[in-house]
Amino acid sequence: MIAEIGHFSLVIACAFSLLLTVVPLTGVARSHGGQMAMARPLTYGMFLFTLISFIALCWGFLVSDFSILNVAQNSNTQLPAIYKLTAVWGSHEGSFLLWMLIQAGWAAALALFSKRLPLVFAARVLAVMGMIGVGFYFFMLLTSNPFDRTIPMIPVDGHDLNPLLQDPGMIIHPPLLYMGYVGFSVAFAFAIAALLGGRLDASWARWSRPWTIAAWIFLTVGIALGSWWAYYELGWGGWWFWDPVENASFMPWLAGTALMHSLAVSEKRGSFKSWTVLLAIAAFSLSLLGTFLVRSGVLVSVHAFATDPARGTFLLGFLGVVIGGSLLLYALRASKVVSYSRYELFSREVMLLGNNVLLVVATMVVLLGTLLPLVHQELGLGSISIGEPFFDQVFMWLTIPFALMVGLGPLVRWRRQKWADIQKSVLLAFTLAVLLGWALPAIFAERVSGLAVLGLLLALWIVFASVAEIKMRIAQRDNILSSLVKLGPSHWGMVLGHLGFAVTLIGITMVQNYEVERDVRLSPGQSYSEHGYTFHFEELRAIEGPNYHSDKAVIHITRNERDVETLFTEKRFYNVRRQVMTQTGLQVGFFRDLYIALGDELGDGSYAFRIHYKPFVRWIWAGALIMALGGALSISDKRYRLKRQSARVMGQTSKGTPL
Amino acid sequence: MSKALSWLSLLALLSWTLFAVSAASASGETYTFETDAQERQYRQLINELRCPKCQNQTIADSDAPLAQDLRERVYQMTMEGQSRGEIIEFMRVRYGDFVHYKPPLNASTLVLWLGPAAVLIIGVLTIVVMAKRQKKALNLSVQEQQRLDALLKEEQSDEQSEEQRR
Amino acid sequence: MNQKLKTLIFLLPLLAFLGLAGFLYSGLFSDPSKLESVLVGREVPPFELPDLYNPDQTHDQSILGGEPMLLNVWATWCPTCYAEHTFLNTLREEGVYIIGLNYKDDSRAAAVNWLQELDDPYQINLFDQTGMLALDLGVYGAPETYVIDADGIILHRHVGDMNERVWQQTVAPIFYRARLQAGLSVPEAYRHLARDSEQGGIDE
Repeated sequence: MIAEIGHFSLVIACAFSLLLTVVPLTGVARSHGGQMAMARPLTYGMFLFTLISFIALCWGFLVSDFSILNVAQNSNTQLPAIYKLTAVWGSHEGSFLLWMLIQAGWAAALALFSKRLPLVFAARVLAVMGMIGVGFYFFMLLTSNPFDRTIPMIPVDGHDLNPLLQDPGMIIHPPLLYMGYVGFSVAFAFAIAALLGGRLDASWARWSRPWTIAAWIFLTVGIALGSWWAYYELGWGGWWFWDPVENASFMPWLAGTALMHSLAVSEKRGSFKSWTVLLAIAAFSLSLLGTFLVRSGVLVSVHAFATDPARGTFLLGFLGVVIGGSLLLYALRASKVVSYSRYELFSREVMLLGNNVLLVVATMVVLLGTLLPLVHQELGLGSISIGEPFFDQVFMWLTIPFALMVGLGPLVRWRRQKWADIQKSVLLAFTLAVLLGWALPAIFAERVSGLAVLGLLLALWIVFASVAEIKMRIAQRDNILSSLVKLGPSHWGMVLGHLGFAVTLIGITMVQNYEVERDVRLSPGQSYSEHGYTFHFEELRAIEGPNYHSDKAVIHITRNERDVETLFTEKRFYNVRRQVMTQTGLQVGFFRDLYIALGDELGDGSYAFRIHYKPFVRWIWAGALIMALGGALSISDKRYRLKRQSARVMGQTSKGTPL
Repeated sequence: MSKALSWLSLLALLSWTLFAVSAASASGETYTFETDAQERQYRQLINELRCPKCQNQTIADSDAPLAQDLRERVYQMTMEGQSRGEIIEFMRVRYGDFVHYKPPLNASTLVLWLGPAAVLIIGVLTIVVMAKRQKKALNLSVQEQQRLDALLKEEQSDEQSEEQRR
Repeated sequence: MNQKLKTLIFLLPLLAFLGLAGFLYSGLFSDPSKLESVLVGREVPPFELPDLYNPDQTHDQSILGGEPMLLNVWATWCPTCYAEHTFLNTLREEGVYIIGLNYKDDSRAAAVNWLQELDDPYQINLFDQTGMLALDLGVYGAPETYVIDADGIILHRHVGDMNERVWQQTVAPIFYRARLQAGLSVPEAYRHLARDSEQGGIDE
């Protein structure tokens, strides 16, 4: 019964999305204020019924209702309660329902916080959100219904959740990632609404900026969390594999990062508007493309969902309509936009545009690298693989100019900058970066690697240039503390964002150049030493878990005769799925991680272990969090809040009068 | 795919799930090397060669028996003093270009490097041209000038109304 | 800039997307994990492997060739091999010469036992415990079946189980054409292959 309520709610939500597409737009066409004003209640309706549907599915999982096919395939009575809940998004159908809940949620938030927007514009934006919803709801109802029944053959117990997903990281990773993916639909809707209205102006950029940054924050944290999860859960010690699914999340992130910066120019200077619109379309299109790649089975990936060509065809058709349609609209409308701002070659505008170009090139590298194997095969040229060695090399080259500009950009003024004015600060910051970038590895590391120096130099350059920039901004004022505050959250957001990037860059540089990986054979009682740490294999215990049994190795780590920590690494055998999973032992530190994974038994009572020494690996994710924090600071800027208050007044006056 | 693949993939297919293969773990074998260079070459290679059997994993990350064989072969060849290039070529002859995560540079893969490079060059040129053109006083036709004026006016009134709202 | 040219430039993203969508569409209908064999058109690499039944007897590449044959890679740990075994027995009755390559099996005894229980469709049984010939062949799983012509050249590789459908549609035409070319007899149903190849051949 509950399942039918869920299914029916989904149908109602679909109807709401259809109305949301049609009613406000006819209202706009006929200048009918009442119809335009319907956009908000219709959006709330769409959200409400999606929520009911989602709760119904959660209920099915919590009470282990195996008459629902999706529950039977992805849950089990012995599964711990929290994982019963996360199993909701452990399958294609369930995760898509979550995706749509989030999409409807963003639309509802937009309806709630868009009171300051002109009614016509708000009606268009929400209608675009509705349009996207229509495609998703039909996709779900026609090809991926999560409420399909197993009746009359109700199984006694479920097939259990994939053990890989039985992990705390998986509780919030998918929701965060989807918040990011779908969040770009808001920026997309703003862009399409602006194109439909034929007016691309600074206010459009100002409205869509906080929404874009919000989506970007979620995506940043989501990706970082995914990387962290892969690091400790997969047992390979890697944190990024350039797998198609990872690339699918990285592409919208790159495009979104470019969009965020381009919006800044469009808002403050009124330039690059058609470029910004294209990026807004691209960011969401790449999210959709990623969804297609993951759910259609066109690419080989470790993370791919079980696939079905009907789904792929439907999704591709949907992509064709959404992306093709918006790009056509773009070609027709954006080509008529006239840009009238003026700037010189050495200006903030050009710096930002330059970084945009680099980010777009990076997006293209990932896109080509992900899709060329497919194209190659379709052309009958044979199978090829594109992975780490290719991406690492290309990204190294792209990072050099990118990081240089991240540091330099904020020092450069809008419109025009005289080199002489910033020459001293720039040279000082750069010299310091070069010296320190070389000195740190020379002092602390056993060997100086050229790439390590390069990476550190670039990261330190960003740090010193940021300091120089702040110093420059407060130089004219007397009270340093108050002038630091006066810079404003938006400015500090930018600084934090850039510093976060530097921190990530340091992490990547150090791990890539100084990590150590060893496969060792140990019997209980034996030890192995690496980087001054002694790993003593004490014993192997047999453990019974709720839905698995495991061998647990106890490893005691000492350094200079002093205890560091006792680590446990397990090989779990999950009873229902008959899968073996490794639980890694991690000793986390600010400057390094010690990582140990239990391997196979080697016959004579000894076991294989994989031991990693990972310098600065935490910094990779810490940097991402700092970037996200920077984004959050930016949104909190008074600029956006003041507007809202004033807009509330505006909203009241404009409500009755159709525009 | 049907039932064409062997047991590992079969299991994965039957499992109907988000992740198509179970996570691999530390491998069974432990090798000893005579020099650091050998170990580095071995580590680098097993992280660049793709397990032909698996979904999308390097032979270092995979537990499949085939990946173990390939690691064994890489180890043997490394210890025999064969170079990195020779080992990659050995694998290529048997498993095709597919086996190495860095595709060979040929007519069909050139786009991987040329595509982004072209975009980069066009992008940089566009920026330079645009900035140069804007540096000069805008050289517009009468019609364009009128349209520009109209737009500027519109924008100004926009900003004024914005100010008023504050 | 001329407005028409400008619109054209702004159309570029759409065109790029449409091109991409075309490839994605065709990609939906092909299996991305399918690999083509690099060795097709080449000789089987040299090898020396013991016989499955008799550890003291060794075979080398000279057993290949002379007449067209199949080389079937199998193991007892492979459920699909079990599924195709009966069909291989039928092929043998049809007179198809098959060499078995036992690939990294759990033990020699298990493999021998399997053949005794299920019947042995193979003329010669190779025992490749370390998987070294399999590696040279570029085998990436079991079962795999290679078609080898009278000169010892690999004509075709089939990955996955051999069954009536695969045999009729793909493998048999290749196999029997090779027999015709070697001047050997073929069943009535495949005689037309000779005429086809006289007319310039058909593509596989």
